[in-house]
Amino acid sequence: MIRDLKGIYIIWLRDIKRFFRDKARLITGIARPSFYLFILGSGLSSAFGMFGGRGGDWYMDFVYPGILGMIIIFTSLFSAVSIVWDREFGFLKEILVAPISRTSIVIGKALSGSTLSLFQGIIMLFFAPLLRIQLNFFMIIKICLLILLTSFALTSFGILIASRMRTMQGFHMIMNFIIMPMFFLSGAMFPLKDLPKWLEYLVNINPLSYSIDAIRYVMLEDKIFLAHPLLINISVISIFAVTMITLAIFVFNITD
Amino acid sequence: MPIERGKLSVIISVEKLTKKFKNLIAVNQISFEVHEGEIFGFLGPNGAGKTTTINMICTLLSPTSGKAVLNGHNITKERNQVRQCIGLVFQDPSLDDWLTAKENLEFHALIYNIKRKTAKKRIDQILEIVELKDRKNDLVLNFSGGMKRRLEIARGLIHYPKVLFLDEPTLGLDPQTRNKVWEYIKDLKERENITIFLTTHYMDEAENCDRISIIDMGKIIAIDTPENLKKKVMGDIITVETTDNKSLSKEIENKYGKNVFFYDNKIQFEVDDSERFIPQFIRESKEDILSISARKPTLDDVFLSLTGKKIRDESASTMDGMRKMIRVRRMRR
Repeated sequence: MIRDLKGIYIIWLRDIKRFFRDKARLITGIARPSFYLFILGSGLSSAFGMFGGRGGDWYMDFVYPGILGMIIIFTSLFSAVSIVWDREFGFLKEILVAPISRTSIVIGKALSGSTLSLFQGIIMLFFAPLLRIQLNFFMIIKICLLILLTSFALTSFGILIASRMRTMQGFHMIMNFIIMPMFFLSGAMFPLKDLPKWLEYLVNINPLSYSIDAIRYVMLEDKIFLAHPLLINISVISIFAVTMITLAIFVFNITD
Repeated sequence: MPIERGKLSVIISVEKLTKKFKNLIAVNQISFEVHEGEIFGFLGPNGAGKTTTINMICTLLSPTSGKAVLNGHNITKERNQVRQCIGLVFQDPSLDDWLTAKENLEFHALIYNIKRKTAKKRIDQILEIVELKDRKNDLVLNFSGGMKRRLEIARGLIHYPKVLFLDEPTLGLDPQTRNKVWEYIKDLKERENITIFLTTHYMDEAENCDRISIIDMGKIIAIDTPENLKKKVMGDIITVETTDNKSLSKEIENKYGKNVFFYDNKIQFEVDDSERFIPQFIRESKEDILSISARKPTLDDVFLSLTGKKIRDESASTMDGMRKMIRVRRMRR
């Protein structure tokens, strides 16, 4: 047991070290959120502003949690690429032949992905005052916990896919195929109320909708944004997280 | 060898180990034993099943059938115990380029549950042996192929393994570096008192081993010391070239009762005493002899006489070339 915890820690530590060492990743990690927020966010809110009223400002508030969600989904799912990367560069063998369980490898990877995702999320939170969104200490803690839970689920999902992938190209193809619909159907860019039936159905089966809904509620404290009760949101994300990590552990444990 | 068994303790014993992939039997019912403290070599062409066998013993692959025990631990039932007492150097590079030499070793020490204090001393000691101490804080990214290989050997030794597996340890290295790597291997065997299990397709390297197992098409075809294997090829090897190889080969087979092999437009066969044989042979030969030479047998000849073919040098060298290209690409990244 202690051995497994230690294994988790070592796997986690290496990924974190690598992230902060690779300056290009670090810089894009910081720059990307601001691009999305200021270019996409500002562009869209002025589009809404054209229709008159308070639409523009209102939309900027609305889309901010959505873009936070976008950062989380990208970082988490793509952090699992490190498994494919390690396989391609041989380091995975060093890990697989070590006397630690496969389960601790998966958990270590899931935690490192979540940590990196949280790191990016926190960078994003620094922009909140610029949008005149007031966040107090407890809100920030709640948001961070939601980010961690969501990232853990998504990274596990990424690992599940990565553990059967042999090439980087294959992984990227599948990931793009998954990320785009998942993001667009999450309610990140539009409210989840009064949608056409078919769209509402798709949005409801997307676990990411529930976490963006929850983050948005905590952040803006405005019930008009809440599509589901908070308890339901948290339960759905938790069930998704447990399912994904279990599946990832199971698949990763299969030896040829 | 039942007499020897009393003297030497067996560290790896393999019984009827088999690995089948979809429609290919990579390893076919092989059985052998490795003694404690020896350098044991697996010699065979590419695709003979060497790496598959190692991967099974190292718990990376599950055998289809058969059994193997390493240092008293069953390879399918006690994976973690087996993993704890082996060190591995893979055929392809397996270092983290974005960590420094020292960090790669620290990662290894931690994951093998070595106490930090012990690990620190051990890392310094081992880096000294492989002469990388002054580069320990450099990123592996900037290392040459030979340095990486040395670091990998060092890494495989950190946790005081009982057996060190080296899968083609000198593949893709230049001759000088190859010799250097061999010096380290022999030196380590003495210092650390460990068993070394290696694979190679280079005949000259196999001669460094205490015992060799020759493997081809997933089967072991011979297992013995290099000297004894060479004795299986009686006497000396004669290589002759004439204007008409076919008729000469018939002549040799009928008159002297020797088996001949053809290769490179030359005839090759074994005789007991080449010094006396050659003058007589030249006198009595009906064909014009263009060239003739005699030499002591090498393991190449053993392989040839056991399997009827040479170790496939050609395919080996193109594979080498490909690997080198891949390595160059990796280094650039």
